[in-house]
Amino acid sequence: MTGRKPRGAITVEAVHMTMKFGDFTALDDVSIKIRAGSFHALLGENGAGKSTLVKCIMGFYHATSGEMLVEGFDAQMTDPKAAQELGLGMVYQHFTLVPSLTGAENLVISRADVPAVIDWRAERARLDAFMQTMPFSVPLDQPVSRMAAGEKQKLEIVKQLYLGNRFLILDEPTSVLTPAEADEVLGYVRAMTRAGEITVLMITHKFREVTAFADEVSILRRGQYVGGGKVGEISIEEMSRAMMGAAPEVSERNRAETVKTPVLTLKGVKAVDSSGLKTIEIDAVTLHSGEILGIAGISGNGQMELMEILTGQRRLTGGEIRLNGQPFGMTRAEARAHKLRYLPEEPLRNACAPRMSVAENLAFRMFDEGPGGRSAFWKDGRAIARNATALIEAFKVKTASPAARIASLSGGNVQRAVLGRELSGEVDALIVSNPCFGLDFSAVSAIRDRLIEARNTGTAILLISEDLDEIMELSDRILVMSEGRVSFETPIETANVTELGQHMAGHG
Amino acid sequence: MDPVDIGLWGVPLAILGGAIRVSTPFIFVSLGECLTERSGRINLGLEGTLVFGAMSGYAMAYETGSPFIGVLAAAVAGMLFGLFHGWICKFEGVNDIAVGIAMMLFGMGLAFFLGKPYIQPVAPDLPAIGFGWWSDIPQVRAALQVNVLFIAGGILALVMAWMFRSTRVGLVVRVVGDSTDAARAIGLNPDVVRLLATGAGGALAGVGGAYLSLYYPGSWSEGISSGQGLMAVALVIFARWNPINCFWAALLFGGAGALGPALQSVGVSEGYYLFFAAPYVLTLGLLILTSSPDRAMQGAPLALSLTK
Repeated sequence: MTGRKPRGAITVEAVHMTMKFGDFTALDDVSIKIRAGSFHALLGENGAGKSTLVKCIMGFYHATSGEMLVEGFDAQMTDPKAAQELGLGMVYQHFTLVPSLTGAENLVISRADVPAVIDWRAERARLDAFMQTMPFSVPLDQPVSRMAAGEKQKLEIVKQLYLGNRFLILDEPTSVLTPAEADEVLGYVRAMTRAGEITVLMITHKFREVTAFADEVSILRRGQYVGGGKVGEISIEEMSRAMMGAAPEVSERNRAETVKTPVLTLKGVKAVDSSGLKTIEIDAVTLHSGEILGIAGISGNGQMELMEILTGQRRLTGGEIRLNGQPFGMTRAEARAHKLRYLPEEPLRNACAPRMSVAENLAFRMFDEGPGGRSAFWKDGRAIARNATALIEAFKVKTASPAARIASLSGGNVQRAVLGRELSGEVDALIVSNPCFGLDFSAVSAIRDRLIEARNTGTAILLISEDLDEIMELSDRILVMSEGRVSFETPIETANVTELGQHMAGHG
Repeated sequence: MDPVDIGLWGVPLAILGGAIRVSTPFIFVSLGECLTERSGRINLGLEGTLVFGAMSGYAMAYETGSPFIGVLAAAVAGMLFGLFHGWICKFEGVNDIAVGIAMMLFGMGLAFFLGKPYIQPVAPDLPAIGFGWWSDIPQVRAALQVNVLFIAGGILALVMAWMFRSTRVGLVVRVVGDSTDAARAIGLNPDVVRLLATGAGGALAGVGGAYLSLYYPGSWSEGISSGQGLMAVALVIFARWNPINCFWAALLFGGAGALGPALQSVGVSEGYYLFFAAPYVLTLGLLILTSSPDRAMQGAPLALSLTK
């Protein structure tokens, strides 16, 4: 848009970057060069320093030492604006689009030179012409709040290009997309790098995306550059060894034979979705003991509403839910009597009191239960402390102390804490939603082990997940949700990703 | 001209005239609140701003002899109140609702204190335009005496709707009201935008107050406001943060407020005080009817503490 910005892809280089926070060295003498027109992947576990590095590049942090070169020239990244003026842009994991504004409004307002009065007809003509040059289309007249995650992701990328940025940092761009959407978006991005229009640095966890799309890779571990090179010259084993320090332990998950009796049945369940415009209709779903029933689907197809129905957060407008043969009204008393537990998505928001302590949050299932299952009136501080210590240890929750606010924990630790709480005691049924969203490799593996273990001891598990790999790895039986309905069912033995993907996309 | 007996036709006519008369302060206060809330902040202090605007407008009109200077003074006073509210709310951990209540009491108290000498004198009224020239019936002429501020309010609603859609200022206000983070990412300063939006909203509420003392009822007294400033907040929610809807909602409220006097004028005296409560009953009823346990509120600015 602005004259100063370069037309084509640009080279960006970070030289001897070090970033210290007090005593802690988040980034230790890292140098990487991202060549013009290349698709560069930045691999590393959570806390490896990937975000610190890109924040230094984008000018959010001021590196303790080291320098940046853009097109070979020394660049002072004093603040994000400086980076933007040089044509560097970042697509965040959490969308920075304004929900109630339309796509077109979002694009126009993000520009630095918005006219005081916007002539929408002229703007639209210009936007349409601009979109002609884009590899993918985005609905410009819809408010962002009504867009699917994939559309938002595309709009974020389009926005950066619209702003004239020629070096894009993508922060785990596919974490909210289906495999097909991810392939589509990354495919287009790669095509644009090949054409020499942009340079891309992508932060990722996923080896598949690195091998399928990237040209070069850099791997960070504990703040240090531990390896990298051209994709194809470096094997997946080498990459994972560099990333983890050693080859990742692939846990042996044995599926025990279990007795399968119906636990939870949904029949003709109807509810209104959060926009109030669409309905959720689930004709018949039965969850059995000792099985993991996976519910796959693209985000926004009613899975969140299904979870809310089952936790009692959303009102039923029809149908019935039975638990162990009895009508189930989603109350705490019933859930307790039937030993039903939940791990909702975003547990900090949906399953915790963020400002209360870790110990108190861990006590939510037991604080009002006295000896012999009677309800207790007085709070038993010692029992709460014992419970907290035991769960923190058993589930490896990293917290400064049991008295720390749960909101101060990292996402993975909150997830583990809530899972620990929900799996404590006898559990006959467990409903989990995206249990591994945003977690690192080792946390994911630990949580999946726990789920299989619970299944093997006869717990019925309903697994709602947007991660198809997770569904394929854990489920005994798979349902696909599309547009608020269950559109497909298959046992794991006959499931294949292509077919599931088609049903997820709504053409089965 | 002598009154002509027009029978029950007098009721709708009186309601129409009353709606136009009573709704004007609602239009200004609700448009001001709409602007403030669209930027993600609630100003409950508009009741105090309204009363202070009524006092300062009346006082300045009396001192200068010009009602328009009075309106201007009320706007400036209202803006100062708004800016003060906005400035306090900028600080970490300050709750805009609590500050608003404090500002409401402060504004009313200050207005009563400073306004004591102006209870007796008579200030010039704002002019009205007669749209009833085509009719011989005096009641029709009286009902269609439309004051200039009502017309200005209608135009303002249209301008504000256009502003939210097609101007940089409008989009900036919407961005800030929707997502503080997104606003920062674009390089906007949410505090400054909210400060200015609260200031402008306060100015409009001040004008609404000036209308009360300079046109209808047309004099300054301590009981001048009957909660219009607070009702306007409910009205904005009912209007779903849309300026054009604010205008119609204000008219509806005005009509409901005129129901009591209209019935009284044709001799209905039974349950007369009940009809005076009509706007309040209407507020409650409409808010209940338009709410839903299943749907998120449509059109609500997401950064608003009401919707958080």
